[in-house]
Amino acid sequence: MKEKSGKIIGLGLESSCDETSASVVVDGRKILSNRIYSQVELHCEYSGVVPEIASRAHLEKINTLIEMALDESRLKFSDLDYVAATNRPGLTGSLLIALQSAKAISFAMDIPLIGVNHLEAHLYAPFLEGNEPAYPFIGLLISGGNTALYRVNGPGEMVLIGKTVDDAVGEAFDKVSKYIGLGYPGGPLVESLARESALKKVFFPKIMTDPDDTRFSYSGLKTAVINHIKQNPDQNKADIVYSFQERALELLVRRLFTASRKSGINRMVVAGGVAANGRLRELIESERKNNEEVLIPSPLMCTDNAAMIAGISYQYYIRKIFDSYAIDVSAKP
Amino acid sequence: MKETITSNSPEETFSFAEELGRKISGFSVIALYGDLGAGKTIFTKGLARGLGIDEDITSPTFSLMESYEGDKPLHHFDLYRIENLNEFENLRFEEYWESEGVSVIEWPEKAGDLLPENRINVFIEYINENMREITIEYTGN
Repeated sequence: MKEKSGKIIGLGLESSCDETSASVVVDGRKILSNRIYSQVELHCEYSGVVPEIASRAHLEKINTLIEMALDESRLKFSDLDYVAATNRPGLTGSLLIALQSAKAISFAMDIPLIGVNHLEAHLYAPFLEGNEPAYPFIGLLISGGNTALYRVNGPGEMVLIGKTVDDAVGEAFDKVSKYIGLGYPGGPLVESLARESALKKVFFPKIMTDPDDTRFSYSGLKTAVINHIKQNPDQNKADIVYSFQERALELLVRRLFTASRKSGINRMVVAGGVAANGRLRELIESERKNNEEVLIPSPLMCTDNAAMIAGISYQYYIRKIFDSYAIDVSAKP
Repeated sequence: MKETITSNSPEETFSFAEELGRKISGFSVIALYGDLGAGKTIFTKGLARGLGIDEDITSPTFSLMESYEGDKPLHHFDLYRIENLNEFENLRFEEYWESEGVSVIEWPEKAGDLLPENRINVFIEYINENMREITIEYTGN
């Protein structure tokens, strides 16, 4: 039985990396359930995701998560209007689990199937937390595998402004964290250690200072940090990671606002795991002018989850953009 | 065969790798050894340029592998996150190593004995902030 007639109910599935998730969303705005199983502990000793372990764990969890998501929403398969799954980018063996599950549900219930770009879905997260979906916006996607800036004109219309030429920003956090023995994932550990810095001095140079450049780069900063530690093995690690974090985040903030101000699009969305960084939020808030709007999801919604998959695919559903069963997974966006 | 050079800057490392990329023939596997921050990224970027690849070479740490089209294809592997030989075997990367093109493997230590016998070992050693010692070793035949 439908909760209320006329409402569009979507089921989203996600298994692109180390989170397995199933979520029910109404009208692309309201989350009824968002069940997430994280494999972080499974992968901790490897300092990251191991594809074979990940794929098996997704397979073991997905059916239970789908049932839990429906139960929590007090809905049945027959209440669904569409089913969506991330089909790109990611580890192909992992992506297959959610996509094949979605195909099965689509076929059995005779409802539309929608394959979703994981990156686009991340940038939709703020619209599931009370912000009315609106285009265009400047989207900054920052995580362990991605660092990219887009002009998002509408659903499926992401124009790349610039991306990293080497490492992702989250990867730089992970590697610095591992180098100084903090652990994985590096982001929260580096952030909390940086808060202990008494010196609060930034001694690494700014990265990529050409104002017309739209790209990102983190390999050089990572190397500078490691070289600095080799040469100053006794220096307080909190002071070092403070300096690292300031520079890593400064480039993100600079590129974001430059893109917004150059394009005249004053709505911005910052999403992905690194968007959960509290210091980044402070830096954005101090740069932001009154006429500018920066939407950042809550920390939970910055992580991989299926609500954002069900959410963005609503925008496809209402535009009647569906996929056939021939749709496949892809490692690339 | 083994040769060692000293690089005085990242630019020199890039040029050296670019030269190697130009000379190298298909079906080559390069095992790239060096600590975090040694210059493996710069080296791979130079190599890619030498192979006639225009695209940016981004870190495959997260994705484990990226392929690029150029005059000769480049398969760029990063085994940083692999710690278990069994997991590595499941990835079936050997299929790429036997296909045409140049495969560069970062953190090849993780592959243990599974690396092909015929390969080029590149060791990048940290001397100081700018200087690196680069050793190239051809193994097998």
